[in-house]
Amino acid sequence: MGEIHALVGENGAGKSTLMNILFGMPVIHQTGGYGGDVLLDGAPARFESPAQAMAAGLGMVHQEFMLLPGFRVAENIKLNREPTKRTVLSRVAGRGLEMLDVPRMRADARRALDRVGLTVDEWLPVAGLPVGHMQFIEIAREVDKEMLRLIIFDEPTAVLTETEAVRLLDAMRVFAKAGVAVLFITHRLDEVKAVADRMTVLRDGEVVGTPDPRTTPVTRIAELMVGRPAQAPAERRAPGAGAATVLRCEGLHVRMPGEPVHDVSLEVRVGEIFGIAGLAGHGKLGIANGIMGLYPASGRVLLNGAPFALNDSRGALEQGLAFVSEDRRGVGLLPDESVELNIALSALEAQGRFLRPFPVPALRPLDQKALRAHALEMIRRLDIRTTGPTQHVRRLSGGNQQKVCVARAMTLSPRLLFVNEPTRGIDVGAKERVLQILAALNRDEGVTLVVTSSELAELRSLCDRIAIIYQGRVAATLPPDAPDAAFGLAMAGETAAA
Amino acid sequence: MIDRLLGMVREMGVPRLLIAGFVVLLFATAVATHMDIAALVTDSIVRVARNGVLVLALLPAIQGGLGLNFGLPLGVICGLVGCVIALNAGIAGVAGLLVASGIGVALAVPAGAGYGWLLNRTRGQEMMVGTYLGFAAVSGMSIFWLLAPFTNPTLVWAIGGKGLRTTLSLGDSFAKVLDHWLQFTVLGVTIPTGALLAFLAMCALVWWFFRTRMGITITAARSNPRFARAAGISDTRTRVQASVLSTVLAAIGIVIYSQSYGFVQLYTAPLLMAFPAIACILIGGASVTRATVAHVIIGTFLFQSILTTALPVTSQVIEGDISETARLIIQNGMILYALTRMGKESA
Repeated sequence: MGEIHALVGENGAGKSTLMNILFGMPVIHQTGGYGGDVLLDGAPARFESPAQAMAAGLGMVHQEFMLLPGFRVAENIKLNREPTKRTVLSRVAGRGLEMLDVPRMRADARRALDRVGLTVDEWLPVAGLPVGHMQFIEIAREVDKEMLRLIIFDEPTAVLTETEAVRLLDAMRVFAKAGVAVLFITHRLDEVKAVADRMTVLRDGEVVGTPDPRTTPVTRIAELMVGRPAQAPAERRAPGAGAATVLRCEGLHVRMPGEPVHDVSLEVRVGEIFGIAGLAGHGKLGIANGIMGLYPASGRVLLNGAPFALNDSRGALEQGLAFVSEDRRGVGLLPDESVELNIALSALEAQGRFLRPFPVPALRPLDQKALRAHALEMIRRLDIRTTGPTQHVRRLSGGNQQKVCVARAMTLSPRLLFVNEPTRGIDVGAKERVLQILAALNRDEGVTLVVTSSELAELRSLCDRIAIIYQGRVAATLPPDAPDAAFGLAMAGETAAA
Repeated sequence: MIDRLLGMVREMGVPRLLIAGFVVLLFATAVATHMDIAALVTDSIVRVARNGVLVLALLPAIQGGLGLNFGLPLGVICGLVGCVIALNAGIAGVAGLLVASGIGVALAVPAGAGYGWLLNRTRGQEMMVGTYLGFAAVSGMSIFWLLAPFTNPTLVWAIGGKGLRTTLSLGDSFAKVLDHWLQFTVLGVTIPTGALLAFLAMCALVWWFFRTRMGITITAARSNPRFARAAGISDTRTRVQASVLSTVLAAIGIVIYSQSYGFVQLYTAPLLMAFPAIACILIGGASVTRATVAHVIIGTFLFQSILTTALPVTSQVIEGDISETARLIIQNGMILYALTRMGKESA
């Protein structure tokens, strides 16, 4: 009888890294390797490639489907492991020219599909099948490997509907009954409780507990996942409930791939720092992107009580909104342009600053002097480490690139500033600096901030109120000093239980 | 020391150094074989002034994210129509030049806008679409040249009296009006001052344009379209602006080219015009995604110098003519090289 072992933790807790080590992914060796031992049946195992891991009986169901859409279901299941028949040609030219044994392929595939409870015809092409089916085909492929002893599921239920998820959990039990060990990575605590025999909670790359999933309450598990001592908020006067509302969203929908917002209603008060938290894929990043017109959005948004037009980036900038994108390299920067131009560009575009007069407005030439002076000022204020204002931003480190992004947003002199993932992918020192800059912007210049981050601790140290987004909706709006369990539960969508 | 030298080589680019070395070698051979250096230099300068604006026309397209503008013949055709109309009406001298350019520009604006609209519909394949559009436009215009109601007997075929001839002389019209303006000679080298100034003035104008709001917007949209959209810039619009500017410059470029050459070449003549121009700007150091006015000037000078010196020098040194072969190898090799560099530029 195999065990179903659940591995839970926040984003960035180290779950995927652990899987990559187990599976011998090259990324581990390219980025410094690992210490310690992995024991397989009591003997140390050290896989240098996924192929070795698979040969040792490990299987993995990936988060993204690794299927060939144009191939049939059976062909995908048997890919590169096809049963073959010898032919005249293959006798001469080697195994590569053997014929596929189609009846055996279909029979093998059928058997594997039946085991995972998928009734789909094994001779259909994969393209066009529902997403849920693809997940099961991927599992069937692992099932079909005779050697299989341990199968890893990396957040398999993320793309499934509820009934499909139930079937997947059933499939896991089938594996376990057949003597295959199951390692199940997930955020969804109800699934853990439903299926897991044992569990391990990871946080910041460390094991923080191995509670018994059958007896431990969800609240306790959530606390373990999130539990960081909330840093004392810097002494500042948060605007109370009586403060005027600067931004109000009602039923905001944003079609942002991977981060869809389904029905968000929230209110941001003048002068506050409003946090938005939630797990990856639940839509927290979509809110700012939608309001700033980067992805198609619908719903009712009021800015200072007046209706605000969505899907108009230009209009948003002109109305005093600014945005620091989570996708620094993709949206936030012109990598092959100078630091000074990167800082000035949005203000130049939206407000016509840094331009000298000229009869034709569209042809007003750049005011190089004002541009340079402003860049030098920003470099000094934000402590941007650069060789000078003309250096290309591609050459800067992540933290300094982020400061350039913040500098550009500040140059717009916004009334309301959205910042997505202010500290993603930057080093510790720069993190601290960026957060200080944001706090100072709010304190000294009265800019209202809406900060979205995957790092809850960072939001709890910075924000006055934090909205938790679950499946595209606001699950709860909490004060930063709310108990850890409240945050953990809201992130797992367990509002009713709280 | 070696590091700095290697750094300089990288800065200049290996192909550019090779070509520059080749030009030096050609001139050195010319000196060694006692050729008329002054005439070779004169030829080179004349050809720089003649071709310069056509090369410059590529710059807005590259900066606008349209890649190498293989659709250059489109603008060339507009300029040619301008020339023919001026000729047909018998307007000579500077007035003829201005009328030809004016009509060319007036036609190039809508043509460039249409071209830009097409390129927006075929994103990611600009260079291939440009090539085919250029070919198609040239072929279509061949019919126009045959059927257009031009009446001036010096322009149409003597037999039948219908359809324009393939080559029209500008001898009685605006041939060399720019080249001869303020022309002077030093050390046996004749400087076509007017044409050279016209080229440099156009360069200055383009340089200035890319430092204005519209120019910066075009550059930003090319550099990162998603950034541009976040900043409220429509890159659909900037791409059309870039294509219009490129087409307009091509129209002016061919008028300047024709006045220097002394003839207007119709029918299939514009077909391959884009290729030498593209080779020029690439030799100058431009890439598919980035170009400056300096690239235009340096590249035009290097490439045209090869063309003018290779033929006489090689015929001095070896029997037979390899200059045309060398030109094709350099020209198309340069374009191939730039295309292989495409992905790596931004990496």
